[in-house]
Amino acid sequence: MLDLYSPGSSILHRLPPAPKMLAMMFGATLLFINQSLPVTIVATLVILVLYPIAQLTLKQAFAQVRPLLIIFVLFFVVQWYFSGLELAAYVVLRLAALILLASLVTLTTRSSDMIDTMTRGLRYLKPIGVNPEKVSLAISLALRFIPVLAQITREVREAQKVRGLERSVIAVAMPMAIRAIKMADDISDAIDSRGYRS
Amino acid sequence: MIKLENVSVSFGERTVLNTISLDLTERRIAIIGANGSGKSTFARLLNGLALPTTGEVLVHGLNTRKKGRDVRRKVGFVFQNPDNQIVMPVVDEDLAFGMKNLGFSKEDIATKTDEILTRYKMSDLREHPAHLLSGGQKQLLAISGVLVMTPDILVMDEPTTLLDLRNKRRIARAVAALDQMVITVTHDLDLITDYDRVIAIDEGRIFADGAPQDVIPTYEKLMS
Repeated sequence: MLDLYSPGSSILHRLPPAPKMLAMMFGATLLFINQSLPVTIVATLVILVLYPIAQLTLKQAFAQVRPLLIIFVLFFVVQWYFSGLELAAYVVLRLAALILLASLVTLTTRSSDMIDTMTRGLRYLKPIGVNPEKVSLAISLALRFIPVLAQITREVREAQKVRGLERSVIAVAMPMAIRAIKMADDISDAIDSRGYRS
Repeated sequence: MIKLENVSVSFGERTVLNTISLDLTERRIAIIGANGSGKSTFARLLNGLALPTTGEVLVHGLNTRKKGRDVRRKVGFVFQNPDNQIVMPVVDEDLAFGMKNLGFSKEDIATKTDEILTRYKMSDLREHPAHLLSGGQKQLLAISGVLVMTPDILVMDEPTTLLDLRNKRRIARAVAALDQMVITVTHDLDLITDYDRVIAIDEGRIFADGAPQDVIPTYEKLMS
């Protein structure tokens, strides 16, 4: 999901965000309700077929799940140990299918369109105190700053590696936290400077 | 025009700026000073991001303390690190952010986005993820995101510090071509040789104020 939007003119790119987001929610729900490994395999293959239809390569599809490979392996081993091979395969494949499905939506939908759609949808929650603009801004900021925080983590890790501290959680987490807090201050000022009305 | 009247800024016991009175009217003004001299605080006073502990800052007669939002509409601010200023994930979405906040129409947003991307030769980056831009492109995007809001005055806090020579020159050319009044906080003395006025700050006080050819040698002597 870190790759965000991939410009294109496929049918999936041209579809309005609302049906894509609803289809994603519906598909994700079905994946969770379904308990069958063969159905999950078919669903994963169908999602993978949608990638070329959306002018995306299978390499791009793999890039979406690659950051979670360690977690997949961990889940697989634990499930295999406690519940058997079939359930382990089912759990991991279902998770991969969910990520591939969500990524397909983010890769073919501009974040501003997605956020506008969410803002419109969230208007109905105003009576219970939800501020759609604030929620939208929070989502935009999350999408924007996940890659920035990943870059900061790499920089801090490299700096600590030089000092032989790359395995120390505190040595990495503390400078990360300090930089993130400082960055949050600057971002808040930048948003203020650009006329945002909270 | 920006007017500072007996402005002091303190953080607890520490006085960062001490009783400064100035009229800023020139088209290109540079603020120079050592790290911790108070120059970034000075810049932040100019669009109301920071407020004086005592004294007043007036922008076109508007008090930053009482009319902060109106002042920020007139005074655009470019931060040192563009990564902290670009708030949207994609280039054209970030350009639209400020304009949407100011209530520009969709047509205006589209026109201004086209204009600024063409001006800085970034049209091919319109749908590019912001985090994948180079340092120079990010800084140009940060400046563009402020310029599309059509401010009267642009304040820039060390805009070239994180850039290589080519990108520094690119930013310098972009700034030189602007119609707006520009106030630049910088350590880069080459950037400001053709400015109209340079103000040097040390330990919260102005110790030199005048043309670059007079102030820069004084500043260099102090720093040696």
